[in-house]
Amino acid sequence: MTETLRTRLAVVGAGPAGLAAATTAARAGLSVVLVDAGEQPGGQYWRHRPSSTGRNEHRAYHDWRTFLRLASELDGLRDGGRVHYLPATQVWFLDPPSRPGQPHVLRLSPVHGDAATRPNPVEADALVLCPGGYDRQLPVPGWDLPGVMAAGGVQALLKGHGVAAGRRAIVAGTGPFLLPVATGLAAAGVEVVSICEAGAPSAWLRRPAGLVAAPSKLVEGAGYAAVLLRRRIRYRPRTAILRIHGRDAVEAVTITRVDRQGRPVAGTERRLTVDLVALGWGFTPSLELIIAAGAETRVDLDGSLVATVDDWQRSSRPGVYVAGEATGVGGARLAVLEGELAALTAADDAGLPSMPGRTKRLRRTIRRARAFARAMHLAHPVPPAWSAWLDDETTVCRCEEVTVGDIRQARDELGADDQRTVKLLARPGMGWCQGRVCGYATACLAAASRRVLDAADLRPLAARPLAAPVSLGDLADLAGGSA
Amino acid sequence: MTHTADVVVVGAGAVGAACAYFLARAGLRVFVVERDAIASGTTSACEGNLLVSDKELGPELALALYSRSVWRDDLAEHGHRWEFEAKGGLVVVASEEGAQTLSALAARQREAGIEVSEVACADLRDYEPYLTPSLAAGAFYPQDAQVQPMLLVAHLLRMARKLGATVRTHTEVTGLRRTGDRVTGVETSTGPVAAGAVLNAAGPWAGRVARLADVALPVLPRRGFVLVTEPLPRVVRHKVYAGEYVAGVVSSDAGLQASPVVEGTPSGTILIGSSRERVGFDRRASLPVLSSLARNAVALFPTLRGVKAIRSYVGFRPYCPDHLPVIGEDRRAPGLWHAGGHEGAGIGLSVGTGKLLAQALLGTTTDLDLTPFAPNRFTADQLEAAHG
Amino acid sequence: MADELERPITLSFDGGPIPAFVGDSVGAALARAGVRSWRTTRRTGRPRGLFCGIGICHDCLLTVDGSPNQRACLVPAVDGMELRSGTWAEHGGSGGSPPGLTQRVADD
Repeated sequence: MTETLRTRLAVVGAGPAGLAAATTAARAGLSVVLVDAGEQPGGQYWRHRPSSTGRNEHRAYHDWRTFLRLASELDGLRDGGRVHYLPATQVWFLDPPSRPGQPHVLRLSPVHGDAATRPNPVEADALVLCPGGYDRQLPVPGWDLPGVMAAGGVQALLKGHGVAAGRRAIVAGTGPFLLPVATGLAAAGVEVVSICEAGAPSAWLRRPAGLVAAPSKLVEGAGYAAVLLRRRIRYRPRTAILRIHGRDAVEAVTITRVDRQGRPVAGTERRLTVDLVALGWGFTPSLELIIAAGAETRVDLDGSLVATVDDWQRSSRPGVYVAGEATGVGGARLAVLEGELAALTAADDAGLPSMPGRTKRLRRTIRRARAFARAMHLAHPVPPAWSAWLDDETTVCRCEEVTVGDIRQARDELGADDQRTVKLLARPGMGWCQGRVCGYATACLAAASRRVLDAADLRPLAARPLAAPVSLGDLADLAGGSA
Repeated sequence: MTHTADVVVVGAGAVGAACAYFLARAGLRVFVVERDAIASGTTSACEGNLLVSDKELGPELALALYSRSVWRDDLAEHGHRWEFEAKGGLVVVASEEGAQTLSALAARQREAGIEVSEVACADLRDYEPYLTPSLAAGAFYPQDAQVQPMLLVAHLLRMARKLGATVRTHTEVTGLRRTGDRVTGVETSTGPVAAGAVLNAAGPWAGRVARLADVALPVLPRRGFVLVTEPLPRVVRHKVYAGEYVAGVVSSDAGLQASPVVEGTPSGTILIGSSRERVGFDRRASLPVLSSLARNAVALFPTLRGVKAIRSYVGFRPYCPDHLPVIGEDRRAPGLWHAGGHEGAGIGLSVGTGKLLAQALLGTTTDLDLTPFAPNRFTADQLEAAHG
Repeated sequence: MADELERPITLSFDGGPIPAFVGDSVGAALARAGVRSWRTTRRTGRPRGLFCGIGICHDCLLTVDGSPNQRACLVPAVDGMELRSGTWAEHGGSGGSPPGLTQRVADD
């Protein structure tokens, strides 16, 4: 038996964008249901230990005070019955309105365990989708050994549970996120032998327009330099991991200098002993709910498929707003601004009193923050020739254990020239994670750098009608049918 | 620059690829044009079933048995390339009445050359240990088999290319060239191809290709969804389906038909079907349909209740009003040939169709009488109803 | 409520004790205890544990209190929880039936 929960607005995701959206919308007078997969609010950006001391510990998080404010507002709004908060809950199906005027329907399930979820489904007049993002991955030989983790996973363990995933670590990939991961590990007592950045830090400085737009980032950068010095973390630009060694777990890595294209420079290899490898190549948003809602998407500067929104966070579908990483990866501060704006727009569109002054200020600040995000994307691209460090035995699809060789065979011998055909022939993306981890790499390998990936390449694979696995029993028992 | 060929094959799905292979094998210069990627249409949504068990007695069954011989004889050495597995099919029924109908059907099937063993209720679990105990009877068809349809197309085209065929993907046919009444080639998005014959193997879009020659071909899409489960240890050994599956195939209702079909795969996932709807080419996921699929699967295999579905996909079966495919030359437009409309049996019937089509196009006697599959067999009413 | 969080508890993993704290995920508790892998892959039998750490990759699946295929990085640790390594696919892959399935058939 299920109870449908009817609401004016449903917010999916309780990270920076979702928290801002839910609290803003509730204060503006909308009834809000907030669905989040996490045990506690904060999403990925604001992972923290659940104890009360945990909430005070995080001077290292910029914007931590923002989180405290939003979390406390959420508590108050929940107590006041203005936000119905459903943590540890995922949306496995999004049904857009069958006709104009009908609600969106969200089907929910518990993130862990088998207990039935109540209430379920949620019917909402409008949606603010803030699904966030996750680490983009590029395969490298040996990356499927235990002890190799996504940079975001290492951070989640550290910030969320105070657990260091190893004793001697290397952090590699590209992007500003490598810095807090490395310094966080070091502060927890891990020996961080190196940060390997495939790009060049001075690239930031070549795009001053972006930096001027967000001056606090310069200060932040200077702060990191001091920490790296103090902790003796060697920062190596134009460097990447060539191979990860070990029998049943990570034992060492070979790193190499790379050229501007990402190609290894012969003769520059070094072997380093480590037991933890943190890999991060930027973030990529989760798009399945946005696509299920029928909203338009586009390819952003970092090669990610993102939701297309207008200046007020409206998607191309009426009643569907998108905020945070899903409109373009840009960090926590931008996500909070977008979440707030999305909620104000939704309230305005619902006929509630609008706040034009505040909206205008938000839009201006968002524009500046987006300019900085663009600069960061341009400074930290995925190196175009990254696949040069692969060999045929390298695993690409971890779930189905599909190798580079399998994919090249599908491409070169079996006539596949796009990701979908490669997937159907060789099975990358057919496993539990449905291509979330290997999708980008498979698309690159399928295209064989013959062409730049466009939305037509990326959208079909980002579409997952079953947004999360659902038991056949739950599917069978949907209201309206009988065994 | 105008290319030249003996035959242009429009569509690189299972049927197009099979025809291309057999035409190339017969020594013809073959030029395949495909508007998207190989096998990207209906074929990409198929389970790859090769069935005799669900065929109507008559021309459809004859074609299925003939195709079976092509799989097992002409193509025997290549079976491993497309994961050919002679897994067998188990049909089950839940009522006494259904058991009697099934028994009578099995008798007629045996007469027509199908191997079938009737299975008493008590013995069903020897075939499928996890089957629900609340069934009345079943029938086992050892001749039912399965292949991986994408690999089938990829290898057929590869073999065709080795025999001199050209395959052009991302190339759309925009028109047909005529000399008088005769079709003498195609116009495409990348240039024209002159040919002695053009083969329309465009699956559910075959009607559109036919219209380029101003002829009507009543092929329409019938939508189907499939649910895919998490990978599991071996739970379902054969293709298992309820007796109603056969009835669903030949009915023409526009509304949803969902009858249980469950089968395992080499990778460990279980595929769950089947649904049939006439909704044009609407690809949007339908929760009521997915729910019916799950309900039906759980009715057959109760232990699947706790198993997770991780994916669903959709496809469009091409069907003709009388549920038989079209195979042969279009008398209204000489030089234009059709091979399609195989509904849910396209993979199984593809290679038989390919071999017969090649025989017919070369003017040799065909191993099967193709009259029942003539493209010109439709009445004015049937053509009207399809394209109204 | 604040006392409850970070209280020490004990989990059992393949029969042996794993110390943990209230508020840990099962994956965090295993990682803290130095356990880096708890399943092997279906085709090549390679070890896997945590990878993405946030519930996306499904590498970290294990059986929790009899429920198979739970993401260790997302399941909150509870005192006395029983963790078992491996997934259904490995338990039954070589022809046996996984205990869970057999049990359910018997219950029907």
